[in-house]
Amino acid sequence: MWREEAPPALDAVHEILGSHERDPGELLQVLIKVQHCYHYVPDGAVALIAEHLRVTRAHVRGVTGFYSFLSDHYLGEYVVYCSDNITDRMQGSTGLATYLCNRLNVKLGDTRADGRVSVHYTSCTGLCDQGPAALVNGLAVTRLTRLRMDLIAELINKRAPLGTWPSELFLVEDNFRRSDVMFRRSFEPGAALQAAMRRGGDDTLRDIQHEEAVDPSSGHAWRRGADETLKELYRSDLRGRGGAGFKAAIKWETCRDISAPERYVVCNADEGEPGTFKDRVLLTTYTDMVFEGMTVCGYVVGATRGILYIRQEYWYLKSHLEEVIARRRDANLLGRNILGTGFAFDIDIHWGAGAYIAGMETALIESIEGRRAKPRKRWPLPVVAGLNRRPTVVNNVETFAAAAMIALKGGAWFAGHGTAHSAGTKLFCVSGDCERPGIYEYPFGVSVREVLRDCGGLDAQAVQVSGPSGVTITRIEFDRNLAFEDLSTVGTFMIFGPQRDLFDVVCNFTHFFRHESCGLCTPCRVGTSLLANLVDKVAAGKGSPMDIAEVERISQLLKTTAHCGLGQTAPNHLIDSLLKFRAEWDKRMVTTDFVPAFDLDAALHEARQLTGRDDALAHL
Amino acid sequence: MSPDPRKTFRLDGREIPFREGQSVFDAAMAAGVYIPHLCHNPDFEPHSSCRLCTVIVNGRPFASCTQPAVAGQDVKSDTPELNEMRRSLTEMLLVEGNHYCPACEKSGSCRLQATAYALGLQDTHFPQFFPHRDVDASHPDIILDRDRCILCGLCVRISRTVDRKNVFAMTGRGIATTIVVDSPSGLLADSRVSRDDESVKHCPVGALMMKGEAFKIPIGERPYDKALISEDSVAQFQAREAAAHG
Amino acid sequence: MASKRKIATCSLAGCFGCHMSLLDIDERLLDLLELAEFDRSPINDIKEIKGMVDIGLVEGGLCNAETVRVLHHFRDHCRVLVSVGECALTGGIPSMRNHHSLKACLEESYIRGVGVENAHIPDDPELPLLLDKVYPLHEVVTVDYHVPGCPPSADALWHVLSALVAGRDPHLPPALLKYD
Repeated sequence: MWREEAPPALDAVHEILGSHERDPGELLQVLIKVQHCYHYVPDGAVALIAEHLRVTRAHVRGVTGFYSFLSDHYLGEYVVYCSDNITDRMQGSTGLATYLCNRLNVKLGDTRADGRVSVHYTSCTGLCDQGPAALVNGLAVTRLTRLRMDLIAELINKRAPLGTWPSELFLVEDNFRRSDVMFRRSFEPGAALQAAMRRGGDDTLRDIQHEEAVDPSSGHAWRRGADETLKELYRSDLRGRGGAGFKAAIKWETCRDISAPERYVVCNADEGEPGTFKDRVLLTTYTDMVFEGMTVCGYVVGATRGILYIRQEYWYLKSHLEEVIARRRDANLLGRNILGTGFAFDIDIHWGAGAYIAGMETALIESIEGRRAKPRKRWPLPVVAGLNRRPTVVNNVETFAAAAMIALKGGAWFAGHGTAHSAGTKLFCVSGDCERPGIYEYPFGVSVREVLRDCGGLDAQAVQVSGPSGVTITRIEFDRNLAFEDLSTVGTFMIFGPQRDLFDVVCNFTHFFRHESCGLCTPCRVGTSLLANLVDKVAAGKGSPMDIAEVERISQLLKTTAHCGLGQTAPNHLIDSLLKFRAEWDKRMVTTDFVPAFDLDAALHEARQLTGRDDALAHL
Repeated sequence: MSPDPRKTFRLDGREIPFREGQSVFDAAMAAGVYIPHLCHNPDFEPHSSCRLCTVIVNGRPFASCTQPAVAGQDVKSDTPELNEMRRSLTEMLLVEGNHYCPACEKSGSCRLQATAYALGLQDTHFPQFFPHRDVDASHPDIILDRDRCILCGLCVRISRTVDRKNVFAMTGRGIATTIVVDSPSGLLADSRVSRDDESVKHCPVGALMMKGEAFKIPIGERPYDKALISEDSVAQFQAREAAAHG
Repeated sequence: MASKRKIATCSLAGCFGCHMSLLDIDERLLDLLELAEFDRSPINDIKEIKGMVDIGLVEGGLCNAETVRVLHHFRDHCRVLVSVGECALTGGIPSMRNHHSLKACLEESYIRGVGVENAHIPDDPELPLLLDKVYPLHEVVTVDYHVPGCPPSADALWHVLSALVAGRDPHLPPALLKYD
């Protein structure tokens, strides 16, 4: 671990704290700024932060220790995180990471002796259609090659400020390959909100604007518009796009109907499921649609505050998002007097700091409140007691975009697309072995085969639908449909061509879950580690059928006893792999006998080195 | 308030009465049915992290300590499948840390050990993790031995809600999660903890212990040397219920 | 009964405490010897198992190459292999060295230790080479039954042995299940 010779000056910490309220909820946002400024959270900063935000030092250290992008030791002037999704690996990421380390003369995970740089792996950065990808001081770089790694190493070695780096390194493309009814046209800011307020009749918007009531939300016209918009949402049968598929209208109505002094609208842009990148594209190109969906939600449920919780992998979108929010405020689409009606609603951005679990809605709320992103107890649901224990609607980015379009075009229009139980269209994030990776919009119900045909991936041997926590689809299942009735999905669609070793996929996913388990509950905390060790053992050619039986047993334990969705779904890919690609496991079995949990001869290596012995008895 | 006799749920075929708002776990224990557990101490808010108290409610698994009792629901707890899973969870806790029962002062009073006894565990099955964890013996009265910690979070919760000192927190993530102490040095010695704190009295294992009390009760004479934790827990719980609700 | 059951025992990285406990079954040893006879064991100083034995009791964990070889020998020559005591089951007290690197342990003992002369780490080929860590038995071979305790009580050992000799499941009743 790299140690600075002297503790750094803490002026910048004071400055950062000065721009934040003395509110514990600010902790994570403060720590992110401190990390960006110092490339770690210096010990001296811990006490200052704790004092200013009225939390304990232990809490500051606990939050720092939880998130991947926060560190209690110095990482270097340049910090490189190489994306470690299977799609990055298929594009050569591991070789490139090693190559970069060699060029920089630094060991993976260590800070170089001169304090200049460190290189790490991180979970999927959501750039699978243009990988291999990495983050350099928080900014995404794409389409990495040896040539690009040479350039990056050179820029780091000559200490070039990030702002002077060639912009093509940071080019992130939408790759929107197919649009359907939702995303065919650009979205006119304000249109959906006006439509929502006019739902009570053509004059409602004007009526709301002229309502005399002190609290505009108690006015008749206001309520009529909100009620009618909710009815449209019911008509639309919109189900949550984050994967679980809960009906949005029920969530919104429950939130609205609970008596509370305050309510919140939270947009989940954590998008941590490896292979998923639709929210990134929506927030890049359909930003207004998303924010407008949140604002419509605020109008319907009676909330005044919306929060966009976004993963830090998308830090490069920061100024864009802030500009859109500022523009919407200027246009009276956010702020204290939306469309001149007195409706007040505003949106803050909260950044994540590297934690897949934060995509789970109660963990996300904990994270917004500045804590470790640990899932809460099952009850009460966030819609009853969420952020600050107030009723809170948490919906996915794509759900809010759909809600905006429903407000604009009506529920029947939306329900006219898709299938009986999966209304509307869905964005699919296509990556892996195909000719045209990117974003595809289809009505729900499209078959796996049709997506494969359109993206040029028909020779696939398998598709991972809905990410590592989802389901592995084999060739004989390609006619299955992507819809809640059949293959329920957040939209992730990773394609594995015939040349791929599917056991590499198993290893990557198993390690992902070990890395991302929050550690709260026993089965997930310990089980994901045990599973990773067992899979490594099999991968190393030291597995036996007993190890397979053990994988199956632990998988079942996680499914039944884990506290939240992460642990319950972490073994899905293992169960699928053993069911559908058993040969990949069997061919790695060296014996039907028991094989030790560790390599016996390797366990003598250290002693051989210390004694200089290499005789026959010094080996096992 | 005593349970409404008309309101019951079925637990392993037996009708269990409950009070409104009571959890499945609390109602079961009050009725004399033991459900194995480690992170839950009925005097404090439940946490549902150890998962030993998992039961099947109307066909779906839930942690009984946080699952509200509902009239008419069908709950299964004492089944071979669930008990096998409880054994596995206990084995996981045992291999995850460094538990040297023969050298541990908590032996015989340890709820992890006693729960393993109650589940009939004769071995730990999984490979040992042998993690490197710090021992904090800096405080004159209290020792924090992280090797023995099972991350139940009781000290964190009690220090926050009862002692109102927030001495303990968790840091790290996943398998690397550990307890961190609130003090400038991170050591107990310069924290606000004191031997009268509730937080240091309810550790189910030997992670938080008082100094100077070793062998006050001889080995063999300790609570779980003599009684099964199942009987002991139920008796304690019923006494508490009787005191609180007549 | 046609022939007596054969029992073999050994102590690896242990303290022989489990063997002491075995002797503590006292006069029941005589009952046992009616039904079984001891093959390789420190009790009779037989060094090698000849042929197969029915029951192997192994005390202690694995700390060096020799302990691994003996365990393999037992696994190969025992129809039923029993892990006896905490060290065999979990690594036990000897595994407390796993908190330190092997280098640190050896340097503390043979280089920096109090009163060390001619400081060097022993490298004689006759000495068993140490494993990086102390391991429980079940990580290296399949173990059929486990008897916890430090040591397991004489009653627990008697319960298990008499069950195994009679061909019964040796599961310990609650009163005999102890880890300390």
